[in-house]
Amino acid sequence: MSDNNTQQQGNAVQTTGHAWDGDLQEFNNPLPRWWIWTFYATIIFSLGYWIIYPTWPYANTFTKGVGNTITFQNDAGEEVTTHWNTRSLLIKDMQTGEEATKQKAYLEKVNAASYEEILSDPDMMAFANSMAKVVFADNCAACHGPGGDLPEQAFGLYPNIADDAWLWGGTTAEIEQTITHGRNGYMPAFGKNLDDEKLEQLANYVLGISGHSVETDKAAAGEKIFQGQEGGCYYCHGADGTGLKSQGAANLTDAVWTVANVPGAVKEEDKVAAVKRVIKNGVSRQMPLWKSRLGEEQIKLLTLYVHELGGGK
Amino acid sequence: MENEQDQAVGHLYEARKSIFPRSVKGRFRDLKWGILAFAYGVYFLLPWLRWERDTGRDQAVLFDLVGRKFYLFDLTVYPQDIFWLAGLLMLAAYLLFFVTGIAGRVFCGYFCFQTLWTDVFVLVERLVQGERPARIRLSKQKWDAEKIFKIGTTHLLWMLVAFFTGLSFVLYWGDAPQLIGDFFTLQAPFAAYATALFLTATTYVMAGHAREQVCTYMCPYSRFQSAMFDSDSLIVSYDAKRGEGDKGRARAGRNLKTRETRTEAGVGDCIDCGYCVQVCPTGIDIRNGLQIQCISCALCIDACDTIMDSLEWPRGLVAYTSERQVSEGKRARLLRPKVLGYFAVLMVIVTALVWSVSHQQKFDMTISQVRQPLFVTLSDGRIQNSYEIKMNNKTGANLMLAFSLDGLPGAELDMGKFQAIILAPEQRLRLTARVRSHPDLLVGGSHSFVFRATPIKRDDLQEFMQNAVFTTP
Repeated sequence: MSDNNTQQQGNAVQTTGHAWDGDLQEFNNPLPRWWIWTFYATIIFSLGYWIIYPTWPYANTFTKGVGNTITFQNDAGEEVTTHWNTRSLLIKDMQTGEEATKQKAYLEKVNAASYEEILSDPDMMAFANSMAKVVFADNCAACHGPGGDLPEQAFGLYPNIADDAWLWGGTTAEIEQTITHGRNGYMPAFGKNLDDEKLEQLANYVLGISGHSVETDKAAAGEKIFQGQEGGCYYCHGADGTGLKSQGAANLTDAVWTVANVPGAVKEEDKVAAVKRVIKNGVSRQMPLWKSRLGEEQIKLLTLYVHELGGGK
Repeated sequence: MENEQDQAVGHLYEARKSIFPRSVKGRFRDLKWGILAFAYGVYFLLPWLRWERDTGRDQAVLFDLVGRKFYLFDLTVYPQDIFWLAGLLMLAAYLLFFVTGIAGRVFCGYFCFQTLWTDVFVLVERLVQGERPARIRLSKQKWDAEKIFKIGTTHLLWMLVAFFTGLSFVLYWGDAPQLIGDFFTLQAPFAAYATALFLTATTYVMAGHAREQVCTYMCPYSRFQSAMFDSDSLIVSYDAKRGEGDKGRARAGRNLKTRETRTEAGVGDCIDCGYCVQVCPTGIDIRNGLQIQCISCALCIDACDTIMDSLEWPRGLVAYTSERQVSEGKRARLLRPKVLGYFAVLMVIVTALVWSVSHQQKFDMTISQVRQPLFVTLSDGRIQNSYEIKMNNKTGANLMLAFSLDGLPGAELDMGKFQAIILAPEQRLRLTARVRSHPDLLVGGSHSFVFRATPIKRDDLQEFMQNAVFTTP
């Protein structure tokens, strides 16, 4: 079409003036002039930008920009005015931005409400869950895993908190207590007092009360150790083996194993070996106290989140 | 050599040659004024139209960014419906291809906002400065009081039109009566001023100064529309055979006043009055054939028809035709594979979009399984899976829902205290659900089941169902 244009208009096409091999010429279709004005305009724009915003590095500092300041509150609550920079803009936005303001209002609402009220309010619960997810990932996931349980390889290192077995209690008050003050999970090592045969008997008994098929004569002997003074297991785990919250003693009669990797064992003797290992070596697990690191409101959110993970009590 | 270089560099950029389009009357001009009046009526008045709704805002067309909802008369568009925008854009694209294939650049000539706004700006220019010759004279005149006054008035009026254009655009994004009050009392959001200012500036520059350069240099559509042409597409064209005759065009001088004498003399019907060139908004001569600058606005047809009518010669020296008509003398074919193909695609998109819009869900529910951990064993030996449920009540009234499961043997649903909930109108919510079942009842792997939300005391709504998967060790 452009060919038509130039031919039919009858005026000679402008060339750049070069000629090669006698007659080989180069057409010149000039750009519109505003094109180059736009280019100059961008240069002028950049000059303005250099003046107003932090731009040029020099020596060990940089140009700060003229007449362009930003004011925000620092951690100490003091008003700080500094040259415009994106870091301060972020801080300011996190303090007074639209979403930050919304978040603050929600936090105040959650702070003022009781656990019972929050658990009955789907809106507050949704907020608590999404907010606490981050706190959990930052502080708790390192031991408990991002979803509250650990992979197979790390079985028993730390309690699974995504199931419904609560060593220290699963009510909101108990969970809050656990997070705030930490826990010491301790079971003595019985390897010194009990020989291998007795450990075997005890392990058979423990597996038996949670419904695993065991050798009955060994289990009967194990029961005597469990309930008698020799083992004294009933002190903490109870005569019926259902555990004791105040000691963090596990319920041995349910399907959940918190330390001995029974679910991971395929053969019967592996299950016995796993339980034996725990009785022989004991357990020592610590959860640090979090009140020194997390604020009250964070602990409250975490409590709700952890409560929701496994279903709570 | 050096001289040649200088010359070359000097010509790399070209100043715009001012175009002073002459006004014209005719059927296409009337049609274009009609379309312009309608388009302006819709654009400037639509934000002021109120609309009764059960819930939400009472503006007929409102793009509520803060509330994340678009209101279009009786339709409320939620963020989940954003794929409609993709459908709409595809629809617009294929409509453009389809129309261009049949009728050439009708969009450019009749509907494009660049053409509409340029028309208005040229009208303002003409009303203030006069017809083409007066405007040419004024542009060459020295900067005296008259020129300053006339040019100043023109630019002032342009800016006013541009400002109202920008302001009206902003009104679509907020409650119009409230926003316009806030705007002039300096209480409107910064975005409102920025947008209004930006659109004022672009309208003023594009319609007042850049004009045909937008079509020639900036607009991508004009370029690919040219590529969609074929020899059957409708184009505005000069009938060279009739206009030029054997010896070319000639002015209606002595002995050349009637068609008969002209035929004898061997000259064509074109009296070379130049009217078609003077009315052209892009400054081309249609008699040079199809050119990339031509936006098919048909004003040259009106111009030539006016002349032919006054000479009492038949119309059609410049007319809508096709390349096939011009070169082969055959009528353009309408039913071509390309056109039919575009039409088929167009119909598919229209059908899909209409179906999707008319079947908009009154309630959204999505369920995603918590994947870390996929399952946990509970103290009673059962397996638990957790799910995150997101829902959105779009019914415009309170919605009471009871949740249940279907198709998973021995399953128990635990949603804390939210097994039955009430959703307020427009409320979005995220809940956690825990599903438990015994591994003995489910052998290995994944099990599909249906998650049900049953509306209570709402006969107008059906049950909402979502498929989900339960994982066992």
